[in-house]
Amino acid sequence: MARRVALFATCLIDALFPDAGRATVELLERLGQPVEFPLEQTCCGQMHANSGYFEADLVRRYIDVFHPYDAVVVPSGSCAGAIRHQHPMIARAAGDEALAARAEAIAAKTYELSQFLIDVLGIDDVGAYFPHRVTYHPTCHSLRMLGVGDRPLRLLRNVRGIDLVELPRWDECCGFGGTFAVKNVDTSAAMLADKMEAVIETRAEVLCAGDRSCLMHIGGGLDRNRTGIRTLHLAEILASAEAA
Amino acid sequence: MSSGETIWTDDPPFPENAKRALTDSQLRRNLRKATTTIRERRDGLIGEMADWQELRAAGAAIKDDVLRNLDRYLEQFEQAATAHGAQVHWARDADEANSTVASLIEATGEREVIKVKSMATQEIGLVPALARRGIEAYETDLAEMIVQLGHDRPSHIVVPAIHKNRAEIREIFLREMDDAPPDLTDDPQELAEAARRHLRRKFFESKVAISGANFAIAQTGSLLVAESEGNGRMCLTLPRTLISVVGIEKLIPTFRDLEVFLQLLPRSATGERMNPYNTVWTGVTPGDGPQEVHIVLLDNGRTNVLRDEIGRQALRCIRCAACLNVCPVYQRTGGHAYGATYPGPIGAVLTPQLVGVEHASKLPFASSLCGYCYEVCPVKIDIPTVLVKLRHDVVRARRHPAEDAVFAAAAGAMKGRRRWTQALRLAPLMRFVRRGGPPPLSRWTAVRDLPEPPRRSFRDWWVKEHQRP
Repeated sequence: MARRVALFATCLIDALFPDAGRATVELLERLGQPVEFPLEQTCCGQMHANSGYFEADLVRRYIDVFHPYDAVVVPSGSCAGAIRHQHPMIARAAGDEALAARAEAIAAKTYELSQFLIDVLGIDDVGAYFPHRVTYHPTCHSLRMLGVGDRPLRLLRNVRGIDLVELPRWDECCGFGGTFAVKNVDTSAAMLADKMEAVIETRAEVLCAGDRSCLMHIGGGLDRNRTGIRTLHLAEILASAEAA
Repeated sequence: MSSGETIWTDDPPFPENAKRALTDSQLRRNLRKATTTIRERRDGLIGEMADWQELRAAGAAIKDDVLRNLDRYLEQFEQAATAHGAQVHWARDADEANSTVASLIEATGEREVIKVKSMATQEIGLVPALARRGIEAYETDLAEMIVQLGHDRPSHIVVPAIHKNRAEIREIFLREMDDAPPDLTDDPQELAEAARRHLRRKFFESKVAISGANFAIAQTGSLLVAESEGNGRMCLTLPRTLISVVGIEKLIPTFRDLEVFLQLLPRSATGERMNPYNTVWTGVTPGDGPQEVHIVLLDNGRTNVLRDEIGRQALRCIRCAACLNVCPVYQRTGGHAYGATYPGPIGAVLTPQLVGVEHASKLPFASSLCGYCYEVCPVKIDIPTVLVKLRHDVVRARRHPAEDAVFAAAAGAMKGRRRWTQALRLAPLMRFVRRGGPPPLSRWTAVRDLPEPPRRSFRDWWVKEHQRP
C-alpha cells in the first residue's frame, strides 16, 4: 500500500462530473486507502497538446503539485496516458531536459484508477453491489496508449448483482478524440452513430467507461436520441455498495 | 515542392472531403466490407506468430539503422547496382524524376509503356507527366487498371480500387475496355479473365516497363517487388528496358534483412503468409530479362523528414496499409478525403512532412488518436505521437487568432488555483447551450447534448467534506 496518495481529479471531472471524482474518493477510502486532493491542481494539458498547443507550464504545474506524493491516482485512462506519454515530449519541445526527466519520474508513479486498484493495492474485488445491466466501453487511450488490458473488466466482473454484457465491436473508437469531435464533427458523428448502435444492441441500462470525456460524447449522443441509457464512470459502479 | 498533379492537400480540406464521402452509403459499405476482410485475415495470421513483437522490433531497428546511415547505404547501393550493369539516376524532386524517366523512354523510341503498381510513381504523378510528353503508360495491376480506366484516383495503398465493388468494376470495363466481352457479368473470375486477356497483349507488345520497388538492398544493389497477381513479374522480365523509381528510404542493408520484412509485409498488407510473387533483380543478366536497367533514386522531400527527430520514424513505412484497414476514420471517409497519394493514418503523418505542414495543415487533425494504427504497424511507427507533434508544427506555422485566443484563455485559467476556481463558477452557464450555442460549441451540439452541469464542482465538494475551516 502506497503511503501518501494524491488524487488528480482531471479538469473535466472537477468542472463537470464531480460524481465520478467523489466516487473515486469514496471507493478508495472504503478500501482503506485515503487520498489527498491538492487544491493547486488544474489540468494535465492533454486537450491543448492534442490540439497542437504544447503548454509546458501545465506540465510544470502537474509536476510541482504532485511530486511530494508516493503515487497519483487518475480516474481517466486518457489523462493518465497523456501524463505518461506526452509530458516528457512537451518538456523536450520546450527545450527543457530537466523538466522532461522530472516528468518521466512523476509519470512512473501516476496510475489510472484500475491500474492503481489492481497493481498498487492488489485488489480486484472491491466489494461493490450494482444490480443493473451494464456494458463496458474500453476507451482507446486506456486500451492502447496506457495498456490497462482487462483490468477494468476484472473489477466489473466481481461486482455483485451486475449483469455485464459484452459490447459488440468494443475495440472501435467512439469518435470523441478531444477537439476532433468539433474539428471533424461529421466523421466524429459517423463514429458515434456506430458506437451508439453497438451500445443499444446490448440492451444495457448503463454504459460504463474509465473516461468521462468519451462518456460525455457517447452519452451526449444517447441523450440526444432519447435512448434512456445512462453513462457511468467505472468509479461510480465500483463505489456502489449495498445499503448497510 | 514541385509538379502539381499529386499534391492537392487542403484543397478542399479534409473535413469537407470527409463530409461529402460520409454521405456515400455505397462507399461506406464497400470500405467496411473490404477493410474488415483484410483485417480479419491479418489478425488470424499474426495470431499464429509467437515472435511477432520481436519481428516488429527488428523491422523498426533495421529501418532506423538505414535512416541513420542513409548516405552510406545509398552509395553502397549505387556502387553495387552499377557494378551489375544497372544505371543509377538521382532525382531531387518529382520534376527531376519525371523528366529523367521520360527522357529514358524517349531514348528507346517507344511511345507506350507498361507499369507495375508503385506508390512512388503515384507520388510524383509520373503517368500524367509522361502523357504530357506524349507517352502512354498502362497500369497492369488489376486494381490500378480499374482506377486508370475509370479516370479515377487510388484510394488505398495496397488495394487502390477498394472504393469500388464488382458491379461498379463491371460497368467500368464495359465502358472503357475496348476488348471487354459484351456479356461480361460481375462475377470476380469473369472480371479477372477479361482483365487478363486485355493485359496479356500489352505484356507481349511492350518494350519498356516502369516499376517501383518494395526494397532496395544496399549490399547487393538488388531491387525487390512483392505482388499478388503476376503482372509485376511480366513487367519485370519481358520488356527490354526496365525503369524503377525508388524512394531513398526503401533501402535495407543486406539480403538477409529480407527475412524480417518478407514476414512482416505480406501478413500486414494482404493477410497472406507470403506474397504470391517476389521478384528480385540485380542489374542486368546478359541474355535474360531486361537488358537495360535504370534505377531512379527519389528524394522528393524525404531528407526533410529525416530532420525531424520525432517525425522521421514515418520513413520506416513499408506501405503495408495495415493502419488504413484498422483506422476508424479511414473506414468511414475512404482514401480520397485525404487528398493526397498516401491516405489514412500513415498519409496523415507522411504527407505533411513531405510537402510541408503549411500545405497539408488539416491532415494531422484527421484522426481521433485512437492508436489502433500504432498497434498494427509492422515497423512500430508511433503514428499518434507523430500526429500530435505535427499538430504542434501546424499551430506554430499558421495564423488562427480566434482558436489561439480560445486556447490561450483556457490555458490562462488553468495556470492558477484562483483563476481555475473562478472559471469553474461559469460551468452552470452551460445549461443554456446544452442543445445549441454559437460555433464552435454548435459543432458539438449538432449531434450531442452537453451534460447537465453539476450544482457544484468536485473541489467545492472536497473542500466542504475534507477541510475543516
